[in-house]
Amino acid sequence: MKDRHAITLRVNGRDHDLVVEARRTLADMLRHDLGYTGTHLGCEHGICGACTVILNDAPVRACLVFGVQADGAEIRTVEGLADGEQLSDLQQSFSDHHALQCGFCTPGFLMLTEAYFADTGTAAMTEARARELVAANLCRCTGYQGIVEAVLATARARANARDDSS
Amino acid sequence: MKPAPFAYHRAHSVAEAVALLAELGDEAKILAGGLSLVPMMNFRLARPAALVDVTRIEGLSYLRTDPQDGLRIGALTTHRAVETSRDPDVLARFGVLPRSARWIGHYPIRSRGTFGGSIAHADPASEWCLLAMLLDAQVVLTGPQRQRTLRAAEFFEGYYSTAASPDEMITELWFPRPAPRAVLTEFAQRQGDFAVVAAAVCADIEDGICRSARVVLGGVGPLPVEVNAEVLSGQPATSDTWQAMGEHAASQVDPPEDTHGSGEFRRRLTATLVSRALAEASHLPGGTR
Amino acid sequence: MTPQAVPFDGRWVGVPVPRKEDRRLLLGRGRFVADLTRPGLLHAAFVRSPHAHARVGAIDVTAALQAPGVETVLTAATLGDPYLLALLERDEFVPTRMPILAGDTVRFVGEPVAAVIADDAYRAEDATELVEVDWEPRPAVASIEAATAREAPQLHEQARGNCLVDLVMFDDDRLGEIFGTAAVTVSATFRSARVAALPLEGRACLAEWDDRDDQLVVHVSTQVPHQVRSGVAQALGLPERQVRVIAPDVGGGFGLKCVVGREEVAVAAAALRLRRPVRWAEDRQENLTAAFHGHEQRYQVRAAFGQDGRILGLDAAIDCDTGAYSAFPFTCAVEPLMASTELPGVYKVPAYRARGRAITTNKAPAAPYRGVSRPQIVLVMERLMEKAAEALGLDPLDVRRINLISPGEFPYRGVNGITYDEGSYRESLDQAEKRVTEQAWPTERDRLRLAGLRAGIGYACFSERTAYGTPTMSQRRMRMTPGYDTAMVRMDPTGEVIVTTGTCGHGQGHETTFAQIVADRLGVHPDQVRLRQGDTDLASYGWGTWGSRSVVIGGGAAGRAAEIVASQLRKVAASLLEASPADVELAEGMARIRGDARASIPIPEMARLVHFQAHRLEEDLRYGLEARATFDPPGTFSNACHAAMVVIDPGTGAIRLHKYLVVEDCGVVINPMVVDGQVRGGVTQGVAAALLERVCFDPEGQPVSTTLMDYLAPTAAEMCAVDIVHLQTPSQFGETGAKGMGEGGTIGAPAAVLGAINDALSDTGTRFDHIPVLPEHISAALHPSAALDRQDVA
Repeated sequence: MKDRHAITLRVNGRDHDLVVEARRTLADMLRHDLGYTGTHLGCEHGICGACTVILNDAPVRACLVFGVQADGAEIRTVEGLADGEQLSDLQQSFSDHHALQCGFCTPGFLMLTEAYFADTGTAAMTEARARELVAANLCRCTGYQGIVEAVLATARARANARDDSS
Repeated sequence: MKPAPFAYHRAHSVAEAVALLAELGDEAKILAGGLSLVPMMNFRLARPAALVDVTRIEGLSYLRTDPQDGLRIGALTTHRAVETSRDPDVLARFGVLPRSARWIGHYPIRSRGTFGGSIAHADPASEWCLLAMLLDAQVVLTGPQRQRTLRAAEFFEGYYSTAASPDEMITELWFPRPAPRAVLTEFAQRQGDFAVVAAAVCADIEDGICRSARVVLGGVGPLPVEVNAEVLSGQPATSDTWQAMGEHAASQVDPPEDTHGSGEFRRRLTATLVSRALAEASHLPGGTR
Repeated sequence: MTPQAVPFDGRWVGVPVPRKEDRRLLLGRGRFVADLTRPGLLHAAFVRSPHAHARVGAIDVTAALQAPGVETVLTAATLGDPYLLALLERDEFVPTRMPILAGDTVRFVGEPVAAVIADDAYRAEDATELVEVDWEPRPAVASIEAATAREAPQLHEQARGNCLVDLVMFDDDRLGEIFGTAAVTVSATFRSARVAALPLEGRACLAEWDDRDDQLVVHVSTQVPHQVRSGVAQALGLPERQVRVIAPDVGGGFGLKCVVGREEVAVAAAALRLRRPVRWAEDRQENLTAAFHGHEQRYQVRAAFGQDGRILGLDAAIDCDTGAYSAFPFTCAVEPLMASTELPGVYKVPAYRARGRAITTNKAPAAPYRGVSRPQIVLVMERLMEKAAEALGLDPLDVRRINLISPGEFPYRGVNGITYDEGSYRESLDQAEKRVTEQAWPTERDRLRLAGLRAGIGYACFSERTAYGTPTMSQRRMRMTPGYDTAMVRMDPTGEVIVTTGTCGHGQGHETTFAQIVADRLGVHPDQVRLRQGDTDLASYGWGTWGSRSVVIGGGAAGRAAEIVASQLRKVAASLLEASPADVELAEGMARIRGDARASIPIPEMARLVHFQAHRLEEDLRYGLEARATFDPPGTFSNACHAAMVVIDPGTGAIRLHKYLVVEDCGVVINPMVVDGQVRGGVTQGVAAALLERVCFDPEGQPVSTTLMDYLAPTAAEMCAVDIVHLQTPSQFGETGAKGMGEGGTIGAPAAVLGAINDALSDTGTRFDHIPVLPEHISAALHPSAALDRQDVA
């Protein structure tokens, strides 16, 4: 006997209707029912952050949210960051600073960072704050330095762009 | 690590939530941030037959101060909302709460986890539980028939265990008395980890003399432990005093041993953390009653 | 470092070319095993032992078979008892079959005994709870001491004393006298804790039977596709041509995935049996408990030193806790053999004895985790140098200097039979000391000490043997001896290039670095060179990616094959331009005649002619531009000197990494950005081994660190920036002059951090000879009595 629910949600600007079992996590629903496999599972207990997506403007660990909870919600995943085939500034910065090696944790870091920038802005970013933010997720390949630098560089560039345009 | 099956219910009001809880019985659990509950479910250590999702209930996310009434925090207020509060009254009279929020996990955890969720989870080393004890907070519990208020000391019963009935929901935390000179500090191996030992203190210091103080410890037993701090009354507000109190606090606890530390280590941490918390508290502005 | 997409002086090797891999990974379009799906896909979940040691009686699957969505439940019996068997051709080695699903005995908590196959991963897991197993628990052993105790239960029939390999690799009769007359003898026991490789992507496998190709296709998150093929074929009784292994994007490995896992073989068996696709993705709890671990070692060492600090003799008894079985194909001997053979490292040891053992215990089996035994041997040697210095009142850096293999002494043939090729052991130490001084570390240390904290600086000098070819590997006497690799390079009619190798990258940037190597040989742009790895149907038999081998061996083979294609192009150009092939230069997409500016032809044009106008060329120039080449070098040593500063809070015992420096020499650097990334990632794992990570068991073999809340992996907050200085001593053995370097960070960091901790405690009687060192250890060392001492707190 499965507890199933019909839900509607918007992912990266696109509407979806589906029926999910109550216990199906948001991560599994996004990956396997809707095909957004860019979000990855690294621990399924909320520590590694590889599954981070943005739900109604807040960063969430999709392994700790049930798909049914996303009914009526707006979700952003890594697939929604680029402008068509054009990498976002943050994505490009990750490449420029060698902030990824195997790439498995990368979508989680990208979404964490975008959520943080939207929440707090970029003007006050420092190396220490970038390192503190990056400490929220696990990476096993890079040793974090490239990720910290990419986050810092993007924040500075966005803050400068805003200054220039104001 | 997939959870066992359960029935999902969504409540749009407190009344609906507690009615559902009453109907579903003690196999049902409240789903708020989910950061404590869902990992347990993924490990299959928790297998509630039903979840009542309260995250859509409006009007439970607030920090309200009142000169006569202290501070009231809605149960669904996120840690992040407490952390980023700019309310001058919150900062002046209850600043220990925003200042302590940074100890809780990391930014994404704080964005989703709730104040009420932490209190309901009753981890004796967790920041809000310790501060609730230190500041004599009251837990407002709403059930289908009634609302009641319990003092924090009555509410926490043991490791992850509280006096809440299965059909009750925490709706508010009330901090009736300000504590301008309060500090929480903790030790964990990595930034953001659960505390091995945490110390929450508040001190009443005037003219360089410590008139009274309270010290509550977490991570030294199944409940937050308030140690006897009477020795501090009348003592000069100096680092020697704080160190002596640290040792005195350590001598009053008999902490358990686990992979994160032995009892002896926890006792030494107690001495250090209590001493440092008092020193930090003594440097805060005093504030008025 | 800013990546550059332009060659330097006409060459791509040495340029920090932006990685080709990045784009798809950043877009979320990486293809990892768990992302793959098939119509009618089934999911596997495993029933695992809750006991560390038990006889397995009846397995009742009736209830599980009736559970919703369940297709079948497999056991050892239903599969015909398949197993993996890793072999070493030595009398002192006891082989252990690793059954794909446990038969009559389980030997560690988490060992799989049954596989549930269902239509959904959630339901598969539900059904595992319905399988009833008749367990008969037995006493378990969870440590080297317990396993080697006289009354210890024997875990494997042929392994007396629970010893799976016992080798005295080196001996010297003079040692007795040397120890008898030495100015100083240092005796100590060193330990390092069991650790988990912890790639962010756990193990995973999707297997399906392909009717058209008449083969089992196994998509697996692996570092060793050909060895997975061999293992699956052996275990399931299939010829290798009926098994195709494909590694898609792999989310890290670090050695966990350079052995063949039994769950992957079970999934393959299920797909074969059911003729339906089956997928399994390990969860983190499985990964921490039932996957492979590494580095749990104990060294009982004596070293003799002269008055001047020179080491005169070294005697080591090395025990490696290898867990319940030998991993395939390396065997449990990999750690003790590597340790025994390479212990002297960068130092000149004139007389040497080493006994290496692998001890079996009721814990998950060991696999070669990054560095293999070298983090441990470097820790031992560096501690010996420091202890000797203390005993003799000498500067520990001077004691190192007097013992290091020095400039002018290369190639150096060590007492361990290894020939060390040219390196910068002495120079890297000197550079590190110089930079530490220039950056005012000692001043910083003093300032921290004045502020009431404890601070210390530590060093580690080491070499890293890389790119072990077959002759070197053959000394171990593995039945399956790795070493060589074979590349194919093929140019298409448009002048673009496909390269295949037997290596299998999982974050090292091979698609970029191998393209740089091939681009230089062929005179094309790296964007036009496409590397295909990981598919056993495409690549010649190879050995995968581990042991810091890929850029040298795989890249070297690709370079050689590219050189052959280049000579083909030169002949075509010479023929078309009426010149001698020796005068043809390939660069920037053109073939040019040296000294004649007008004589040139675009490479794509030549490719078109060769393919589509074959009749216009002489016979020996027709029909394609492709070549195959193998590279099998003896191995080449990179080296480094690490320096670390730690700050210790005496009130809590907290240890924080404050500064880190790496002076490294990996010969010619193909892509400096990639090299720096490997250094930083490796250092982070090594620092974590010194400060945070340990897989814990209780005395009954029950795992205690089963979640990421207990097993503490480092976050960005535990790391500081890593300063890197490059020296360059080219390898004479490589095609490119490059040396491998992927493990160096992990090899040097534990010793450097441990040295810094000991320096921070130098005014106390405590010296640590184990990793990790935890705040609790510091706290106990600083408060030796039960009563609390007053401490000055900051």
